[in-house]
Amino acid sequence: MSDAPAISVRGLTKRYGDKVVVDGLDLDVARGQIHGFLGPNGSGKTTTIRMLCGLLVPDGGTGTCLGRDIRTQAWEIKQRVGYMTQRFSLYEDLTIAENLDFVARLYGLDGRRRRVARALERLGLTSRVGQLAGTLSGGWKQRLALAACVLHEPELLLLDEPTAGVDPKARREFWDEIHLLAEGGMTVLVSTHYMDEAERCHRIAYLAYGKLLAVGSVAEVIATSGLFTWHVSGPERRIASLAHELASRAGCEMVAPFGATLHVSGPDEAALEAAIAPYRDEPGLSWTKDEPSLEDAFIHLMTGTPG
Amino acid sequence: MSGPRFAWHRLVAMVVKEFIQMRRDRLTFAMMIGIPIIQLALFGYAINADPRNLPTAVMSEDNSPFSRAIVAGLQTSTYFRIAEVTQDPAELDRMLARGEVQFAVEIPAGFGRALMRGDRPALLVMADATDPAATGNALGALDRVVESSLSPLLDGSLATLQRGPSPVDLRVQRRYNPEGITQYNIVPGLMGTILTMTMIIMTALAVTRERERGTMENLLAMPVRPTEVMIGKLAPFILVGGIQVLVIIGTATTLFHVPMVGDPLVLSVGLLTFIIANLAVGFLFSTIAQNQLQAMQMSFFFFLPSILMSGFMFPFRGMPDWAQVIGEALPLTHFLRVVRGVMLKGNALADTWPDIWPMLVFLGAVSVLAVTRYRQTLD
Repeated sequence: MSDAPAISVRGLTKRYGDKVVVDGLDLDVARGQIHGFLGPNGSGKTTTIRMLCGLLVPDGGTGTCLGRDIRTQAWEIKQRVGYMTQRFSLYEDLTIAENLDFVARLYGLDGRRRRVARALERLGLTSRVGQLAGTLSGGWKQRLALAACVLHEPELLLLDEPTAGVDPKARREFWDEIHLLAEGGMTVLVSTHYMDEAERCHRIAYLAYGKLLAVGSVAEVIATSGLFTWHVSGPERRIASLAHELASRAGCEMVAPFGATLHVSGPDEAALEAAIAPYRDEPGLSWTKDEPSLEDAFIHLMTGTPG
Repeated sequence: MSGPRFAWHRLVAMVVKEFIQMRRDRLTFAMMIGIPIIQLALFGYAINADPRNLPTAVMSEDNSPFSRAIVAGLQTSTYFRIAEVTQDPAELDRMLARGEVQFAVEIPAGFGRALMRGDRPALLVMADATDPAATGNALGALDRVVESSLSPLLDGSLATLQRGPSPVDLRVQRRYNPEGITQYNIVPGLMGTILTMTMIIMTALAVTRERERGTMENLLAMPVRPTEVMIGKLAPFILVGGIQVLVIIGTATTLFHVPMVGDPLVLSVGLLTFIIANLAVGFLFSTIAQNQLQAMQMSFFFFLPSILMSGFMFPFRGMPDWAQVIGEALPLTHFLRVVRGVMLKGNALADTWPDIWPMLVFLGAVSVLAVTRYRQTLD
């Protein structure tokens, strides 16, 4: 049983009325991996995660979570999965300790006091046990939510945009914690909009309009995008006008300014080089050929798929 | 010193926004239109403060034309409807205690002969006076009814009886509330209405709040059964209900001097059934309502017929049959009979059972509905 992949779904589909939110999704996540789940808003990430943990019943497709059928064994899955919702969903009118106690009691955990005390210590919240959860700042709420959903030592952790609206330091610490948990053997599926977070995942899956567009390591996803990129830097004013000029030229699919640098990308290497050729020798501009960034790759994947 | 001046465009902006939001909330909109229509139709036709056709039991040990004329006269007065005829005085008491009849008429043996002799025989009319409003008009008309039903028979040699005092010694016994004190009826009834309101609103809001605050998603993701959620949500409110009951009974007996004739234990059985039935209604509403406002509206939608059609504000028997059928479905109707029966009449468990089981049936039906409506998923 423990050799089964953490997640394995085929043709997973969910509709709301006429709208297909998740469309024939195939996804495999091996045990012990941190799997990033990326995609624009409304691409079906949350819906997929909810189907995996039994919160939504799929309209089509089959699949297992920790070797158990997501349609018929939701109860068994719930015992072994930790799910952190996008919106803070612990009780704001309970204290930190009371929230953890509630969760520990629901799962019927042995040594409840010890577990809660350990979780509080790990969180660094021992001195604030009596504080109401609703009065915590965003970063602390998110750490408390994580502590609550790993209290029962789940085999699989599903995190739905856990770091949205959290400051960079708190995000960094959160990800250190995720890696620590994965080292301990936990599988993690985490949805995010942040590229730096995607790069901290072992593998990533990119979802748009309910369809899986790319899956693999960061390098693999960039490679499958088939994108070529040039970086050009120069005086600020020139870069701004250059951006407009390049955007209208055939072969340049994307032109994105990053301060005094432009990222110019296109799927056709020759066409891209032809497009930038007139500007290559312009004094003051320096051109370098570079790997496309993950963000470039994603935006390319997204614009390449009709909505 | 003063702030910015009042501006019409800002007022218009607010009003337009409010109307748009009002229209979006379909249920609220439907309730705003539906509640007045339903209530006008329902209560306009149902409520009648002058109840007629009140069920009456007759025990006649006399078979003279006089006693037959009186029984017929009661019936034709339209205040009384002869529902039961018995020869057993104990049966008569039991029917009154259980509230099966509103009045019991006892005509003693030799009534006709004594009347002809001019001995003014006794005619005993016992009324279930727990609700003075239900019996008042009928008892007020009683003298005239008896007199006019006898007068056609009092001719010839009996014509002399027409003059002077009534040929019958009419004795009216207002049982359970001889002084006709309205509080005796209203205060125990208030216990039922207060419990209905608080129990339903509190539970309906408690569950809806989980959905509104987003904590429901977390709860559903954890391994917990719907029945565990339901019972766990309701249990604390049973305690709250119990405290309310103690406060109300304490006030009723000390401040309003309402008697407590029966066994508090019997009352507790009725109370527990009633409280749980109301909590189940609240839980059911919470599975339907999208937000706390809707839960509140549903609670009031249930609460209004409960106070108006249960016999709390207006005599139950004053309502037409179809309205009585609706009334019988409400737990408050049965609870009022239990609480008045135990506190004022001293009814035992066996006497209250006819009103306990309908509450249990109601509870069962609502619970099944609530548990099937409760979604274990977010679908």
